[in-house]
Amino acid sequence: MVAPVTSPSFKANASQALANAQLQSVLSGMREGFAARRREAAGQLPEFEALRDSARDIKHHTLAHLDLYLERYVDTVTASGGQVHFARDAAEARAIITSLCQSLDAKTVTKGKSMIAEEIGLNDHLEQAGIVPVETDLGEYIIQLRHEMPSHIIGPALHLSAKQIEADFRRVHTDLPRDRDLSQPATLLAEARQVLRQRFLAADVGITGANFLIAETGTSVIVTNEGNGDLTQTLPKAHIVLASIEKVVPTLEDCAQLLRVLARSATGQEISVYTTFSTGPRRPDDVDGPGAYHVVLLDNGRSAMLGTSFRDVLSCIRCGACMNHCPIYESIGGHAYGWVYPGPIGAVLTPSLIGVDKAAHLPNASTFCGRCEEVCPVRIPLPKLMRHWREREFERHLTPAATRSGLAFWAFFAKRPRLYRLVTRAAMGMLAYAGRARGRFRRLPFAGGWTEYRDLPAPEGATFQARWRGERGGRA
Amino acid sequence: MSSGRDEILSNIRRSLGVSGREAPRRAAVDERLKRAAPGIVPQRGDVTGTERIALFRRYAEAVQATVALVAGAADVPLAVAAYLRDQNLPATVRMGDDPRLAAMPWQETALAVAVGPSAGGDLNAVSHAYAGVAETGTLVMVSGHANPTTLNFLPDNHVVVLDARDLVGHYEDVWARLRGVEMPRTVNWITGPSRSADIERTLLLGAHGPRRLHVVVIAGPSAPLTSA
Ligand code: SF4
Repeated sequence: MVAPVTSPSFKANASQALANAQLQSVLSGMREGFAARRREAAGQLPEFEALRDSARDIKHHTLAHLDLYLERYVDTVTASGGQVHFARDAAEARAIITSLCQSLDAKTVTKGKSMIAEEIGLNDHLEQAGIVPVETDLGEYIIQLRHEMPSHIIGPALHLSAKQIEADFRRVHTDLPRDRDLSQPATLLAEARQVLRQRFLAADVGITGANFLIAETGTSVIVTNEGNGDLTQTLPKAHIVLASIEKVVPTLEDCAQLLRVLARSATGQEISVYTTFSTGPRRPDDVDGPGAYHVVLLDNGRSAMLGTSFRDVLSCIRCGACMNHCPIYESIGGHAYGWVYPGPIGAVLTPSLIGVDKAAHLPNASTFCGRCEEVCPVRIPLPKLMRHWREREFERHLTPAATRSGLAFWAFFAKRPRLYRLVTRAAMGMLAYAGRARGRFRRLPFAGGWTEYRDLPAPEGATFQARWRGERGGRA
Repeated sequence: MSSGRDEILSNIRRSLGVSGREAPRRAAVDERLKRAAPGIVPQRGDVTGTERIALFRRYAEAVQATVALVAGAADVPLAVAAYLRDQNLPATVRMGDDPRLAAMPWQETALAVAVGPSAGGDLNAVSHAYAGVAETGTLVMVSGHANPTTLNFLPDNHVVVLDARDLVGHYEDVWARLRGVEMPRTVNWITGPSRSADIERTLLLGAHGPRRLHVVVIAGPSAPLTSA
């Protein structure tokens, strides 16, 4: 088992998201804000595009030699006094972490933001073992209080309003004065800082993710703006790093190349406030730092992905730019995607990790506008990979019933004018692609379905046929 | 544990269609690790002297750090005291046992100086940077008793002393310096004070780490000075 999945009900999720006025008001403006900042940061660095090529090349080289870099990484971590544990799947990773915590007699565990911890559903498991996990990234803390999943990989609570967060803090922080002022984001932050400071100081173990693992030195790297990851890993008895196998890069220099594109792509910062390079446990003459340093390396299907056409997905550095520039994400937010990774990266990664049967709808959540690929710092061809999944779906489901359910999917979008406008473009792109690849697709019931559904609410602007002609002409 | 390792590595090899013993692959990896080639390095860091200090300052200030220049190490305590006074902060500081800090004339100020790591009760800390990187206004701190890591994160106000002779243009220059020694347990790159935009994308300073970051640059006698 991994984290709970609602991807199969993507349609219902999206429907709810579109009807959620609060969510819609938070989402509007999010994309332009992120996009403008990224544009500005990229514009300020003449070498930005060359750095993206460099970043992509580093990832491709490392993935092509992943076995050897992992072996080297294990050697260098061990030489610095740390320990590496390999976990084949989520269950194994959870078991390793739980037993490490138990061997340290841990009662509470602070956690830096880790998408892998979300992927393996670590918190629930720790709680079942009687260990209290405390998320310390502000956004992660808030969604933990709400028992929600992150809605964005770099801003887990961006779907919430300050009012909602105030209500959660009042519900949970019951030992604080009831008449306190929590009307501003600043007062909310101050309260979280105060509450979490106690948790940092009391924790027995700190668990962080890793943005990169450096084979040359056995170093794990985290990037934060809050400093929560550093308090998480510096104060307790032990630091456990939880990372997936594809996070490894060869050298410190390679890491610097990737860092130069990471923050600029994510938030438009030149660099994040804190970039921390950790190598092993406390040294003999250190006066602070963790006494033990463990790395849990998770596979969970990635070694198999390496051998498929989805290998490029493993280049992802989780900057979030693809979702920040995605019209579908902007319309429905992250939760509709139904699992840990939303947006375009989620649409290509989730089917690999939880199975295409559960995530079949996600690769459809695209207009093929190509913005995600344009901004991806490691140049992952996201639209092409989404097409691959859709093609596989076509091949898997060439039965009348499945075709009907595919049509139901289109009908769902067609009834929602805003999404319809976006997705019709996708349909056209897909049909053009499929038609080009295999002429017979044009005669399949899928295309016929459009005539059946032509009387559905039409999009503003050009008719479907006009767009279809224009699009095909444009792509021919 | 080792069975997990073996299985994952052999899965990777199966996916890549390799055995892991191919000499050219091994040589490629050894070579890359040995060469540690720098890749694309932004030109903007290619400046020296006062220009480099100005570049550092511009990027540090752009992310709400404050920067003061002093001529020599002996001027640092007064600059720190003046900063705390200007910010209406108490005249107390905690620092590690860095010999460069210890050699400074703290007794010329009214500052109460405590030495050692922080347990969370300190308002103000002073650290000595290992290096600064002008490219993005970044401070580079290394762990150890001289400058304990807790001082970078627990106190509300962090004052960092940076010797301009340790100010480099690019990140790679720091790696080159560190490659000669054992990799420290922790290397912290710090660029501005702690912040979060997790609530409605409102940028707020002082999320978990310091609310204020003040850099005192020992610029040398010829540098144009600003008052602390
Ligand atoms: S796919 Fe690319 S743009 Fe999206 S999160 Fe990953 S690295 Fe960033």
